[in-house]
Amino acid sequence: MKTVRVGAGLGFYGDSWRPVRASIERGGVQYIASDHLSELTLAILQKDRQKDPSAGYARDAVPMLTELWPLAAKHGVKFVLNAGGLNPQGAREAIARAFRDKGWKAAIATITGDSVLERIDELRGAGEPLAHMDTGGDISAVRERMLFANAYLGAQPIARALAQGADIVLTGRVADAALTLGPLAHEFGWMWDDWDRMAAGLTLGHLLECSGQGSGGNFGSAGEWAKVPDYAHLGYPIAEVSEDGTALFTKPPGTGGRISFDTIRQQLLYEVHDPHAYFSPDVVLDMGTLKFDDLGGDQVRISGASGAPRPKTLKVVAGYQDGWMGTGMIGFAWPEAYAKCAKSAEIIATLVKERGWAVEETNVEYIGYDSLLGGNADPAYRDQLNECFLRMTVRTKDRRVADGFGRLFPWLGLSGPPYVGSMKGIQPAKELLGIWPTLVSRDLVEKKINVEIEKI
Amino acid sequence: MRVPLWKIAHARSGDKADRADIGLFAFDAETYAVLKREVTKERIAKHFSAMGSGPVELWPLDNILALKIVLNAALQGGAARSLRMDNLGKNVAAQLLRMEIEAPEDLPRLRAD
Repeated sequence: MKTVRVGAGLGFYGDSWRPVRASIERGGVQYIASDHLSELTLAILQKDRQKDPSAGYARDAVPMLTELWPLAAKHGVKFVLNAGGLNPQGAREAIARAFRDKGWKAAIATITGDSVLERIDELRGAGEPLAHMDTGGDISAVRERMLFANAYLGAQPIARALAQGADIVLTGRVADAALTLGPLAHEFGWMWDDWDRMAAGLTLGHLLECSGQGSGGNFGSAGEWAKVPDYAHLGYPIAEVSEDGTALFTKPPGTGGRISFDTIRQQLLYEVHDPHAYFSPDVVLDMGTLKFDDLGGDQVRISGASGAPRPKTLKVVAGYQDGWMGTGMIGFAWPEAYAKCAKSAEIIATLVKERGWAVEETNVEYIGYDSLLGGNADPAYRDQLNECFLRMTVRTKDRRVADGFGRLFPWLGLSGPPYVGSMKGIQPAKELLGIWPTLVSRDLVEKKINVEIEKI
Repeated sequence: MRVPLWKIAHARSGDKADRADIGLFAFDAETYAVLKREVTKERIAKHFSAMGSGPVELWPLDNILALKIVLNAALQGGAARSLRMDNLGKNVAAQLLRMEIEAPEDLPRLRAD
């Protein structure tokens, strides 16, 4: 019986590709599905592209492929990656250049058509309101400040690129799980309205899209995380899939990490809203019928996915400029570490007020006490801390205020409370971005999708 | 008896735009029944009241002994406009594990203590 093995690539822009080597060498994978784009990565790429029109893609794809390609070519492994970001052709050119330098051959496909930034007026003219999905807000309010706007494409163009012989498929924004569903649909010839198989492929893609988080990394727990073996050599997950969509979920032999009922179900629900209606461009998945059988030995059998017909709309996520953040930090040792941080926050607030700076919101956090636990930090520890850092941030429309805010802090070293931690530089203003999730009729986007293959 | 969730369950959280979402998982079916009864939308909202978030949504998943929890309007407009250290809401799950519920003292994980 035919099976197809898909292995996880990266889980974000900047993730490590070192573990992918084991999946290719010892994991028997035929495809690597690599996710370089979080919800906001496109904002970073947009800034790159403003500085250099040939940029705007996830640059880590170039060293990743340069390092892994000889091994991948030897084992017949193909790559599907959304590293194209805002400029899939730019990514292809950079990779093609690197491959030509080495004298390597490959067929590289690009998929474009996801960007709708330049088409907002056209889409609104065609009757698409592009209102905010959650608040119903009018897009006119942020239109002028928009940096990017991309629709999440599905698996069909990926399958098409593979059918045309691509070894490497570079996409822009696609549903993360489509990076896996595309190769599966292509290999098995699944019908695009076979909703249960679509749902099965989507499930596996979702479990693979966060690299190490699908194999025991970030296992949220008290105590149990320490039982995950050999983090330093954690292997990325692999799905061995059968034609009916059922799969064995595992990782390469001889690697660290853990594949179990516990680690897999944590990843299943990660960044999911309604688990009975997990929307994707290809299918709506109901996670309530899935069955996970933990076979031990880092193997979990997955079955029972059920799907409902794909939506008539595609999700678009746009990002827009939304002011500036100023950050200041200062730390103190015992005694009264917390009290000295609190006093410093009070002093800084006075300085801001006296300067008449327009600050919309101030956020005060105590690193070592409540900066991660917020209102659920236990106050019993507050006055017993060995040391504590104040982190103070402000929101402002004025970049100069955001820049000036951080410069208020060093002065405290000689003129504030005692036993101060060393100052580690001043943080410059950081641009803040708002997110605009919306929906668009899929046919208006899909008619612009273009699959292109370059053989080098 | 009063039991903090970290003794009987595990959890992971993440973000989508302005929502923080949490998966809460029982180690066994007996504990799952207790979680389903005790971890209500109202109690979750109260536990996170300092975050100033919007309405709580909750779905039980019997097949994987889990509760899916969503905190709406919880991230100051989303990770890239949040002023917080934990702008991605990765620690919202840790916060939830500090919640105390009423649970029988003979639950499997408590017996193992």
